[in-house]
This record gives sequence, structure tokens and C-alpha cells, in this order.
Amino acid sequence: METRNRGQGTGGPPVGTETAQTRASQWEVLAASPEFRRLITAKRNFIIPAVIFFLVYYFALPLGNGLAPSLMNTKIIGNINLAYLFALSEFVMAWILAAVYIRRANRIFDPLAAAVRKLAARMGMGS
Amino acid sequence: MTTTLWITAIIVAITLGITIWAARQTRTTVQFYAAGRKINSWQNGLAIAGDYMSAASFLGIAGLIAFNGYDGFMYSVGWLVAYLTVLLLIAEPIRNTGKYTMADVLAYRMSAGPVRSAAAISTLTVSGFYMIAQMVGAGSVLHLLVPGFSFKWAVVIVGVLMIGYVVLGGMIATTWVQIVKATLLMAGAVLLSILVLGHFGFNPVRFFDAIAKVVDKKSGLNFTQPGILYPHGKHVALGPLTLDKSTIENVSLGMALIFGTAGLPHILMRFYTVPTARAARTSVGWAMGLIGAFYVMTTFLGFGAAVLVGKTGIGTNNNLAAPKLAEFLGGGPNTFGGELFLGFISAVAFATILAVVAGLTLAASSAFAHDFWMNVVRGGKESESEQVLVARIAAVGVGVIAVLVAINLQTANAAQLVAVAFAVASSGNLPVILFTLFWKRFNTVGAVCGLIGGTAVSIVLVVIGPGLGTPPAAHPAFALANPGIVSIPLGFIFAIVGTYIGEALGGDTRAKAMYPEIAVRSQTGVGAEPSSVAEERIPAIV
Repeated sequence: METRNRGQGTGGPPVGTETAQTRASQWEVLAASPEFRRLITAKRNFIIPAVIFFLVYYFALPLGNGLAPSLMNTKIIGNINLAYLFALSEFVMAWILAAVYIRRANRIFDPLAAAVRKLAARMGMGS
Repeated sequence: MTTTLWITAIIVAITLGITIWAARQTRTTVQFYAAGRKINSWQNGLAIAGDYMSAASFLGIAGLIAFNGYDGFMYSVGWLVAYLTVLLLIAEPIRNTGKYTMADVLAYRMSAGPVRSAAAISTLTVSGFYMIAQMVGAGSVLHLLVPGFSFKWAVVIVGVLMIGYVVLGGMIATTWVQIVKATLLMAGAVLLSILVLGHFGFNPVRFFDAIAKVVDKKSGLNFTQPGILYPHGKHVALGPLTLDKSTIENVSLGMALIFGTAGLPHILMRFYTVPTARAARTSVGWAMGLIGAFYVMTTFLGFGAAVLVGKTGIGTNNNLAAPKLAEFLGGGPNTFGGELFLGFISAVAFATILAVVAGLTLAASSAFAHDFWMNVVRGGKESESEQVLVARIAAVGVGVIAVLVAINLQTANAAQLVAVAFAVASSGNLPVILFTLFWKRFNTVGAVCGLIGGTAVSIVLVVIGPGLGTPPAAHPAFALANPGIVSIPLGFIFAIVGTYIGEALGGDTRAKAMYPEIAVRSQTGVGAEPSSVAEERIPAIV
């Protein structure tokens, strides 16, 4: 712990010394391990599409309001128009996506991350 | 007006009580900056909500909707959706790799000196603008509600209180002040929303019928329609393209909100107060529930004020929409109920400002004490007690400067100052955080270029834009009030170009060598800072 904190503060042990190289290569081994690849693949497969989805969904609202005001002014229920309902749906979208992510992270990503931490402990790293 | 003062005094007394209690528990740096990492996830969720729902949210959005209808609601939407960026990309890696500040994450790979100095500059800029905006808001509201109070004294009082919270109680006090404030704010918003709906027989359709009858004189649009704040039909030249100004302003605002939140140092700091990355994640979930519920309720606060009180009833200062609505719902001016409601809502607004300013002061003082003083000036060799002392002195310094600037900026537009903060956070901080975590080639030169370049370009675009002068300049050098659409891509470009310059200058071997380590640590929590265990004497915070 102490070593790392000092390393963070001052720029770390100079790369090129023997210890620094061993240390760096150990992390490379860990980064290339099947345990870590599994975690990263699982996360990437969820997070990248999720980010693209919410960005598209979100920016559709200001773009719609700007480019198609008459469409957005369509009244749906009484004077409640599409623009307001779309805005409201952004809240629902954000809540659902957050809930889905948290569930998936707790059930799938956390156990995969725990496997990497176990491996790191076996390699004598992680503190 | 004495009711307002009494209720405010009670809330201030409660928060000071918390601070004194917290002060007894704050001895080490991890307690001062991160509350010992013992805050649990729902507490942190409330505190994030408390940190986030500032005067701009409560008074500002209600006012924008009350004066401009639908377009004001776009702030509410953007400020919630922004948390998806925080949740999916930022919260857990930050908790896993940092200790106290945003710069900790960057310094993992990069040369500590330049990166920490640059990050301290951007953090102080973001927190400074944000803080001054809050204080200007506090000053105007207190001055208008209690005419005996001058603007100056209102700002000084806010300043002294926030310095007290932070200097004495650090993160523990700040967190609990946020929690109290968030609870009060939610209670106030729920109460007002129910009362507004009650005026329309709890029928949203009837409520919207009334909103549709409110018409903006200039554009002829009714308040349910987009296009009042950012009028349609104007065009703006952006490089070689000529684009619809309304669309560009809306998208640009959205970009600053969506990408800026994940770069706000006082929000990022909150993730260090929880024990694990999992708790950080869950706390964002709690925060999103609360923040979202609050922002949905801005419909009732803002439109309610537009329909029930109206522009003439609110007066020229749209920040007073929510307090004036409360006064109306309580029974009207000069009734007991009206005074009581006005007093309660004003006190909530005051508590809101105090809490947010305390969080900002803490972020700014830690950037100075932890990043600049300890790690740059003292080369990382400083005792715990000295660092806490420096952080406390820095909090006093930051607070005093903010008070002095706020007093002199009395006429500045509070929302515009917050816009500068979001522009810097989204253009300066976010690209660098993302690249540090996810881009192998990224290096020190790239990080410094991104931080400094993104910060500078945001400030310049706002200064030469239409917003900051009062009244707005007729032909500003930069046409947009929201610079995000230009400054955010530029922030990324600065970071990328800087990285290639850095490579040409002779590689930053450490940045490359440390990439596998930060990649593994940020995603798995190997070796993450533990919840503090050294202080058994101190009871767990419940």
C-alpha cells in the first residue's frame, strides 16, 4: 500500500529498473488472463451498446424539438403533447437502463471481477 | 418575514450541530476528504442528490419553466440522463483507482507534477464558477426575501457558514449537510407538487389545459410548446455550415449537461466516500431515483408558478418563481399560511445553497491541498496532520476568494456561471478521464493539453459569447450561449493532438507501462483503497 501511494504521488518507480519491469509485466499477465478478458468482453458487450442507445435516445429529443416542432407539438392527451411525453419518457428510459445495468453488474460483472481479484491474490498482487 | 428567518435559523442550527459532531470524528486525511469511506450507498445517493440539486436546479429550473415554459424543462431532462454517463463509464473506475480527487486517477499513469497541477487548475475553475453562481443566487434571494439584508451580507453569511462546515467537519459534515438538505428539498417539492395538482382536481389533463392557455407574447407559442427560450427560425453559421440556431443551442446545452456531470470534481469526490465500487454503483442508482423524481416535479413547480402566479406575480427575478408559488399555495401574501410556506421554501433554498457550496469548497480545497500542495510542492512527502491542516487553510482561502468575487459579481447571471462550470467539466475534465481509463496511447502531454486546452476554450467561448454581459451583447463574436457543441469536440481534439505531440517528443514510457495496471485495477478493484479500518474508536456513521 505504502509503495503504491508513494508511487502515485511522485511519478512512481522509474520504469527501466528491474522491479518496475517485473511489476509492469505482472499486470500485463493479469490483463491478458482469460479471467480478465471474460470480464472486459462481458462489460464491453453491454456498456458500448447501452451508451450508444442512451445518447441516440437523448439527443433525439432536442433534435426533434429543433427540427420538427410541428410533429413535437402533436397533442396526445388533451393538451399534453408529444414533446412533453417524450421528455417524460427520457426519465423512464434513464431509470430502466440504470436498473438493468445495476442488476447485470451485480449478478454478472461482480463475480467475474471477483475471479480476477482472486487470480491477482494468487499472483501475490493487489495491495 | 420573521418566519423565514426563524425557519432558516433552525435549519442552520441543525446543520451546525452536525458539523460539531462531525468535527470530533475528523482526524485523518481519509476522514477529512472521504468520510473514512464509510458512507453507505443510500446515504451517498442522498448526498449525491444533495450535492447536485443546487440553486440552479431548484430556483433556476422552476424560474426558467415559469418564464419560458417547456424549454426550461429540457434542463431537468439533461441533468438526469447525465447520470447514465456517470453510472456506465465513470463511477466505479473512479472508486477503484483514486483516493481523494479526480487527479488521483490521472496521476496513476501520468507524471504527477504536470497532471496534478493542470487538474488542480481545472478543478478550481469548475468549482469556482459553480460556487460563485450559488453565492450570487443566495445573495439575491436572501436580499429580496428579507429586504433588510444587503446582498453583501447575505453572501458573507453563506461564505462563513460553508467555511465552517468544511473546515471543521470535512467530508463527514458535508455529507450529512447534503443528506439533510436533500431530504428537505424532496419534502418541499412533494408538498408543492401535491398542492399544485390539487388546484386542478389532481387531473394532469386539466393542468395542461391551463398551461396551454399561458402564451408567450414574443413568439406567440403557448407554454407546452418548445421554442420559447431558443426561438425557431434563426440561423447560425458554424464553420462552413449554416444551421438552425434553436436546434444547435438545444443540442449544445444537452452535450454540456450529459458530458459535464461526469467531470464535476465535487460529484466525482463523492465516490470515494463509499466502501466499494459496488456501493458507488448502487449509490448512483439511489441518486438517479431521487434526482429524477425531483426533476419530474419541476413540471409542477415551474408550470404551476406560470399558471397560478404568473409573470406579473413573480416579478422580474425568475429565481423567485418557486418561493412565490409557495406563498400563493399557502394562502397568498400577508396570510399566516403564505408566510409559513414562503418561509419554509426559502429556508430550503438557503439550505440547498449552503450544502452545495460546502461540497464545492471541499472539492476545491482538496484539489489545492492534496493535488497541488502535497503532491506537487511537497513531492508526496507530507504528514497526515499537515495535509489536513493545509486543506483546512485552503478551504478558508477558497471561501474568502469566492465571497469577494461573488460580492463584485452581483449582476452576473447565475445560470450562465453554472454553464461555464459545465462547459469546463465536459470539455476539459471528461475527455482526459475517459482517455486515461480507456486509451492505451494516452500520455502526460495529452492529459495536460486536454485539461488546459479544454478549460481555456470553454472560458473563451463563454466570454466572447452572448451570455455573460448584461444585457446580452447584440453581435457576439461567438453566436451560441451554450458552447458545448464546439468546446467538447475541441477538448477531445486537444487531448488527442497532445498525445501525438507527446509521442513525438520522446515517449512517455510510464503512461504506456501503467496502462495494463490501470485497466485491470479500474475494472476489478484489485488493490482499491479500503474502507478505513484504523479508527476503531470511532463509531460507524449511522
